[in-house]
Amino acid sequence: MTFRVIAAATAASALAFSAQAQDRTEIQFWHAMGGQLGERTDAFATDFNAMQDQCTVTTVYQGDYTETMTSAIAAFRAGEQPQIVQVFEVGTATMMAAAANGAVYPVHQLMADQGIDFDESSYLPGVISYYSDTEGNLLSLPFNSSTPVMWVNLTAFEENGLEIPTTWDEVIEAARVLKQAGFASPFGQGWQSWTMIENYSAWHDLPIGTMENGFAGTGTELLINNEHVVNHIQRLADMAEEGLYAYGGRRGDSRPQFVNGEAAMWINSSAYFGGFLNDIQDFEFTQVPMPYDPAVRSEPQNSVIGGATLWVLRGHDDAEYACTAAFLDFLATADQQAEWAMATGYVPITTAAADLMESRGFFAENPGTDVAITQLTLNEPTPNSRGLRFGNFVQIRDVINEELEAVWSGQKTAQEAMDAAVSRGNELLRRFEAAN
Amino acid sequence: MQKRVVFRNWWLPYLLVAPQVAVTLVFFIWPAYQALESSLYIEDAFGFSRNFVGLENFEALWRDPSYLRSFRTTLVFGLSVTVLSMGMALALALAANRVIRAATTYRTFLIWPYAVAPALAGVLWFFMMNPSLGIVAYWLEAVFGYDWNHYVNGNQALIMVIIAAAWKQISYNFLFFLAGLQSIPKSLIEAAAIDGASPARRFWTVVFPLLSPTTFFLLVVNLVYAFFDTFAIIHATTSGGPADSTSILVYKVYNTGFVGQDYGSSAAQSVVLMVLVIAMTAIQFRFVERKVTY
Repeated sequence: MTFRVIAAATAASALAFSAQAQDRTEIQFWHAMGGQLGERTDAFATDFNAMQDQCTVTTVYQGDYTETMTSAIAAFRAGEQPQIVQVFEVGTATMMAAAANGAVYPVHQLMADQGIDFDESSYLPGVISYYSDTEGNLLSLPFNSSTPVMWVNLTAFEENGLEIPTTWDEVIEAARVLKQAGFASPFGQGWQSWTMIENYSAWHDLPIGTMENGFAGTGTELLINNEHVVNHIQRLADMAEEGLYAYGGRRGDSRPQFVNGEAAMWINSSAYFGGFLNDIQDFEFTQVPMPYDPAVRSEPQNSVIGGATLWVLRGHDDAEYACTAAFLDFLATADQQAEWAMATGYVPITTAAADLMESRGFFAENPGTDVAITQLTLNEPTPNSRGLRFGNFVQIRDVINEELEAVWSGQKTAQEAMDAAVSRGNELLRRFEAAN
Repeated sequence: MQKRVVFRNWWLPYLLVAPQVAVTLVFFIWPAYQALESSLYIEDAFGFSRNFVGLENFEALWRDPSYLRSFRTTLVFGLSVTVLSMGMALALALAANRVIRAATTYRTFLIWPYAVAPALAGVLWFFMMNPSLGIVAYWLEAVFGYDWNHYVNGNQALIMVIIAAAWKQISYNFLFFLAGLQSIPKSLIEAAAIDGASPARRFWTVVFPLLSPTTFFLLVVNLVYAFFDTFAIIHATTSGGPADSTSILVYKVYNTGFVGQDYGSSAAQSVVLMVLVIAMTAIQFRFVERKVTY
C-alpha cells in the first residue's frame, strides 16, 4: 500500500533526523486551542524544546474540544494514541472511566514514578476539586481553566449614568435603559448550559444532579428542573420577549453581539480577555462578577470552572513518559502559568502563578482581570458548587442546548423544556452506566 | 447474430470482476456488516467492554421523539435541496447553452462552487447570514425590514442550510444538464420551431423529455447527496439547532457516534438510514424510471 510506503519513509526520515538531533525522544501533545490560543500553546512546546536536549514535544491541533477528544479515543482504539491529550471539563467522567480501565496514566502517579516533586495543594481548590479522584489525587494536569463572568461595555454604562448591576433585577433595569439608548439586545450570553444552568446553580448553591452532582458515584439524576433554575430560564425568556436579550447561538457564537455593541452585558468565559483586547477598540470594557438573585440565596456561593486539562494516555515506553512528565512539570511552573493567564484571560491555576501576576502589577493595570479568581475562591466549595461529574455530559449539554433553544424560540415554556432536558439527560446517564 | 461474449477460459470472467467484487466487499459489505453488528451492542468509548443488548438500541430510538422528528426534517431538507439545486442548475444550463461569446468563461464560473468543500460552503453562507455580522441578514433588515435570526428561528435555520447545500450542488447538476442539452439535436428543436411551437412549449415537449435520462440520474444522485453528504454543512453551521430543527438523520448518526461516543446507538441509526436508502433507490427505479425515455 502506498500509505505504508509513505509512512515508512516518513518514519525513516524522522529517525535519521532525530539521530542527528542527539537521539531526542519525541512526544505528541494533541490540543484544541485554535487561533491566538493555539499560537501560545505551540510556544510552550517550542520553549520547552529549546531549553533542553532530551525531548521534542510536537503539538498537533485536532480541532475543537469534542473533535480532539474523539480523535484521541479513536487513536487509542487503533493503538496510535498521543502521550498527552487536552480534554475539556465535561469529558472528565469519560476519561475517569477510561482511567479505571487502565487507558489513562494518572498525572499524580506519573509524577511520582518519574521522581518529580508535584505539589497538588498549590492549585486553586476549585480547580483541584473538579479533576481529582475520590482520594483527592489529580488525574490530569489542569491547563486552561476559566469561569463565566459578566463582560460589561463600560462606555455604554457611563454614557447612560448606570451603575454596574450585581443582581438579576438590576440587570433587567439596566437593560431597559440601554434598550432606550439604542442597544438592540442589551443582554447576551454564551455556552448557555455552562453559564446559565451549571454556573447559575453553583453560584446559588443549588444541586445540578443527585449524589453531589455525580461526584459520589454513578446512578445520578439531573435536578435542573427545580423551580429556581426554571424561574431563571423563564426570566431570560421574558427578557427576550421584551427585546432585552437575544439568543446568539451555541458556544461562543454570540461573541459578535458584544464586540459589535449590540449587547452591553454578556455572560461568558473570562478567557475572552485576550481576544477582546485585540478586537474591541470602540469602547471600554471590563469583567464583573456574574449577577445573582437575592430571592434564591442571600449572597453568591462560588462559580465553577470550565476549560480543559491534560491527560496522559498509557501505552508508551518509559523514556517517553520521562519526557511527558518533564513537559508537564514545565507547564505547571508559575512563570509559564502566569504568562499564559496574562495573555489569554484564563485563570492562573496555581497560587504561585496568581502571586506572580499580582507582583508584576497585572491585576492593577487591567482592572477586572481578577474577577474570575475572586468568583472561584469566593467561598469554600460546597457539594453543589464543586463542579459536576456526569457521564455522557457532552451529549447532555447538546440536549440542554436543544431544549433551551425551544424556549428562546417560544415553542416551550421554561418548565416544559427543563423537564424534557432532565428526562432526556437521565436516559443518557443510564446509557453511560450500561456502557461502563 | 450471437450477441453474448464467450470467454475461452472459464476463470477469466471471474478474474475480471474480482477487483470490483473486492472493492465492494471491503468498502461496502464489510462496513455495513460491522454497523449491523455494533447496532446490537452497547459499548464504552475506549472499547473496553461490549454488552450484547439485542434490539434495545433501536427501541431507544423509537422512544426518542426528537429522532422521529428528524425523519420529517430530513425529508423536507432532502426534497428542498434536490428541487432547488436541480431547478437552478437547469435554468442556468438553459441560459449558458445559449451564450455564444465567452461561453467557456461563464461555464467555468458556474462550475466553480463544486470545488468548494461542503464545510466551507456552509461556513460561507453562515457568515453571510449571521444576524450580527452577515451581509444578507443586514440587507433583509435594511431593505425588507425582515428580522433574520437563524439562532432562534428554526425555519430560518433550515432555509439557510438548504440554500447552502443546494448552492454547492448546482454546479454538478449544471455540468450534466449542459452536457445533456448539447447532445439534443438542433434539428428537432428547429423542426418544432418551424411548426410554430413557442419556446416554452418547445422546452416541455421536446427538450425536457429528451433530458429525462439526465434528470433521472441527477434525481438519484441529488437525493443521495442531500440525505448523506450534507452532514458537513450542518456540522459547520447550526450543529443541528436551534432546538433540533436542522438535525437531519445523517447528522444525528455523526453526533451520537463521534460527539457522544455512543457507538451502539450511532450504528443503529446508520442501519435505519441504510434501510431507508435501499427503499428509496428501489422505489425510484421501480416507479420513476418507467417515465424515463432513453
